[in-house]
Amino acid sequence: MSQLFDHTWSLIRFILRRDRVRLPIWILSFVFVSAGIVLVFDNLYGDDIERQAIAETMENPAMVAMVGPNYGGADYTTGAMTAHEMLVMTAAIVALMNILLVSRHTRGDEEEGRLELVRALPVGQLSSLTAVLLVLTIVNALLAVLTGVSMAALQVESVDLHGSLLFGAALGATGLFFAALTAVFAQLTQNARATTGLSIAALLVFYMIRAIGDVMSEALALTSPLGWILRAKPFVENLWWPVLLSVGLAVALSLLALYLNSIRDHDSGFLPTRAGRTQAPATLRGPFGLAWRLQRTGLIAWAVALFILGISYGSVLGEIERFFEGIDLFQQLIVEQEGFSLIELFIPVLSSVMAILASIPAIMVMLKVKTEEKNGRMEHVIGRSVSRWRVAFSYWLLAALTAITMLFLTGIGLGLAGNAVLAEDLPLGTYIGASFVYLPAVLIMIGLALAFIGFLPNFASVIWLYLGLSFFVVYLGELLQLPDWVEKLTPYGHIPAIPLDEVNYGVLALMIAIAVLLSVAGAYGFRRRDLKT
Amino acid sequence: MTVVKTQGLSKTFGDFKALDGVDIEVKEGEVFGFIGPNGAGKSTTLRVLLGILKASEGSAEIFGKDVWKDAVDIHKRVAYVPGDVNLWPNLTGGEVIDLFGRLRGGYDKARRDELISRFGLDPGKKCRTYSKGNRQKVALIAAFSADADLYIFDEPTSGLDPLMERVFSEYVHEAKAQGKSILLSSHILSEVEKLCDRVAIIRKGRIIETGTLKEMRHLTGSLMFIETEKPIPDLAELRGVHRVQVFDGGWSFQVDADELDAVVRHLSAFGIKRMESRPPTLEDLFIRHYEETETGAGGGV
Repeated sequence: MSQLFDHTWSLIRFILRRDRVRLPIWILSFVFVSAGIVLVFDNLYGDDIERQAIAETMENPAMVAMVGPNYGGADYTTGAMTAHEMLVMTAAIVALMNILLVSRHTRGDEEEGRLELVRALPVGQLSSLTAVLLVLTIVNALLAVLTGVSMAALQVESVDLHGSLLFGAALGATGLFFAALTAVFAQLTQNARATTGLSIAALLVFYMIRAIGDVMSEALALTSPLGWILRAKPFVENLWWPVLLSVGLAVALSLLALYLNSIRDHDSGFLPTRAGRTQAPATLRGPFGLAWRLQRTGLIAWAVALFILGISYGSVLGEIERFFEGIDLFQQLIVEQEGFSLIELFIPVLSSVMAILASIPAIMVMLKVKTEEKNGRMEHVIGRSVSRWRVAFSYWLLAALTAITMLFLTGIGLGLAGNAVLAEDLPLGTYIGASFVYLPAVLIMIGLALAFIGFLPNFASVIWLYLGLSFFVVYLGELLQLPDWVEKLTPYGHIPAIPLDEVNYGVLALMIAIAVLLSVAGAYGFRRRDLKT
Repeated sequence: MTVVKTQGLSKTFGDFKALDGVDIEVKEGEVFGFIGPNGAGKSTTLRVLLGILKASEGSAEIFGKDVWKDAVDIHKRVAYVPGDVNLWPNLTGGEVIDLFGRLRGGYDKARRDELISRFGLDPGKKCRTYSKGNRQKVALIAAFSADADLYIFDEPTSGLDPLMERVFSEYVHEAKAQGKSILLSSHILSEVEKLCDRVAIIRKGRIIETGTLKEMRHLTGSLMFIETEKPIPDLAELRGVHRVQVFDGGWSFQVDADELDAVVRHLSAFGIKRMESRPPTLEDLFIRHYEETETGAGGGV
C-alpha cells in the first residue's frame, strides 16, 4: 500500500523544477494585480461620494451578473469595492491557471509519453498525481498568503489584514477546488485537450450559474463554487465558511481523482471517445476549407465572446449619464460636443476598443500560416498542386471574413443591449456603422501580418506589440492627453468616430488600398522564399 | 526518358552550404535510391525538388519543367511523403487522406480504401493519437492512392514495422511495374538494395557515387576472408586491398576488382587453408566510400 506513493517528494521537486519560471510568474501576477487594483481604486475614487456613485451603478443587473451582488451597500469602502468588483473575476482566472497546470502535468504528460518514462522507474502508482495535487496545494497557499499580505501591506484604510487574507484565501481555495476538479476530469477523459476543454466548460457553467443565481435566486448562486466564494464578503463581513467549503470539497475531489487513477489503465479514460469521421466532409477540400476547419472552434468561441462583450457594453449605456456626472475619469475620456447626446459620444469610444479586440481573432487566422509552416504541416499542402498564392489568399480571405463577422457582432450586440436599456432608441445602423467603419484598420493589420509572414516570418509576433500599442494609444490617448500625431501612428487612429465625425470615404479607400498593397506584397514574399520548419 | 534532372544544384542556408553541386537523374520507370547519413543533404534535395525550398544555384527539373516556377503543374503528377510526417492533431486520418487527395486534384477512392486495409490503419482516429508509424501510413496511403507519375519518398519506412515495410515494397514494385518512377531516400540500406535500380550516395551536399548496384560493386570489388599457414606481413600494403581486419584466426579485407587477380596470386604463396569471397553489400560500399573520402572520424553512419 505504501508503495503507491513512493518517491512522491522527488516528483514534487521535479515539477517545481520544470515550472520554476511559470509558477512564480503566475503567482506574482496575481499578487501584483490584486495589490495594484487596491491602489488604483484608492487613487481613482478619492472620496465617499464618488465611490457611492459607483456603488449605485453596481446595482444594475448587468453588473450584478458580471461581478456579483453588491454587499458593500451603504459603506462602499475601497476594500469592499476591490473585493466586490474583483473577487469573482480574479478567482475565475486563478481557476484557469489551476486547470492549465493540472491538465499539463497529468494528461499532458501522459499523452506525450513522459509519464510512461516516470512510471517505469521505481515510483509509486499514485505518486505522480499526488505530487501534482500537492504542488498545486503549495501554489494556491502561496498565492493566498502573498496576495493577502501584499494587499494589507499597502496600508490603505479599510483594506485590513483580516479582509486581505480572506480575499487571498478565497482565491486560493477556488484555485484548489478547480485543480482537484481538473484532476478528476483528467481521469475521465482521454487526452489533455479534452481535460482542459471539459474543465474550462465547467468553469464557464459555474460562472453562468452564479451570474443567473446572483440576479434571480441566491440559492442557485450557492450551488456554484464561484457563487459561494463571493459570500465570504471580505472587508465587510469576513466570513470564512466559503473558503472551508471549497477546500473541503477540493480534498474530497482529490481523493476521488486518486481512486479513479488507481483503477484505470495508463492512457485510458472512463468517458468513451467518439469515433471520428473516416472520410472528410465535402467542405474540407482546399486550403480555405482546411484553414476554417482548423480554427473553427476558436473562431466560434471568439464570435460568442465578442457578441457578449458588445452586449455587456451595451447594457451599461443606460448608466452613462450617471457615470459621467459621478466620475472624473469619464469626463476626461469624452469631450462633450454640441448636438450629440452623451450616448452618441460614448459609442465610438466603445467601438474603438471592441474593434481592437475584434482584430485579435482576425490576426490569429492570418498568423496561422506561420504556425502551420513551423509545425511542418504546410509542406503537405504546398507539396500538392496548390500554389502558395492560393494558400496565402485562402488564409487572408478567412481573416477578412473573420474581421467582418466580429465587427458586425460587436456592433449588433452593443446596439441590441443598448436599445433595450435606453429610453430613446438609436437606429441599429448607427451602432453597426460605428463598429464596421473600423474594417479598413483591421484589414491593414491583417495585411501587415501577411507582410511579416512573407518577408520576416520570425518577427511576425511584432504585430501583437503593434496591436497593444494601438490599444494603448486609442484607449488611453485622450486620458493621458497624448498629442494627436501619436494617435495617427496606428490605423485605428485614422478611423472616423461615428456618429460624431463626417465620414471621409477618401481616407477609408486609401486605407483599404494600403491594406491590399501590404497583402499582395506579403503573398509575393511568401511565394518567393523557402518554407521553414 | 528522364523524369528528374538536377544540374549543379546548390543550396545555402546563411553560411552553411547544404547542397554543393548535386547532379542526379531519375529515368522513367526506375526506382532511384538516394542514400547518405543524417545531415548529408537528402531531405534538402527532395525539398528543393518539391519547390518547398528554392535552389541557390543550378537547375532542377521534373518532367522537363522547372521545379520552382512550375511547382503546381508538376505536383499534379507527383506524390510526396516527407520524412517527418506532422499532421493536424484534431483531424482524423481518414479526413487527412481525403484532403490530401483533393489538394492534389483527384484520387482513387476504392484504392484509398484498399490501401487503408492493407496498411491496417484506423482512419477514424484523430491524428494526435497516432504513433509515428501510423502518421507515416497516412502519408503513404495518400501518396499511393494518387495516380502519380513520380513518387518521392523521404525515408518512408523509418517508423514502419517489418510487415508494413513489406506492404510498402509491394506497392513500390507495383508502381514500377506500371512504368512509374520512384525517387526514395533512405538510410536503411537493405531496403534500398532490395528496391532500387540505381543509387546515388550523397555526402556533405555532394554526390560521391552514382550508378547501378552492379556497377558500384564492380568498382568496389569483393570482400574476402583468408586463412593461411604463414602470416602475411604486407597484406595491408598490397595495391587494391582495403579495410584489413584480423578475424577468426585469419584476415578479412576488401579487394578492388581489377587487382583481384594479382592479390590472389600473391597470397597463394603463403599457403591458403581457407578462402571465402562474397560480393559487397550496399553497407560495405557505403562505409567504404565514407571512410575513403573522409580519413579519420566524422564519416559515421
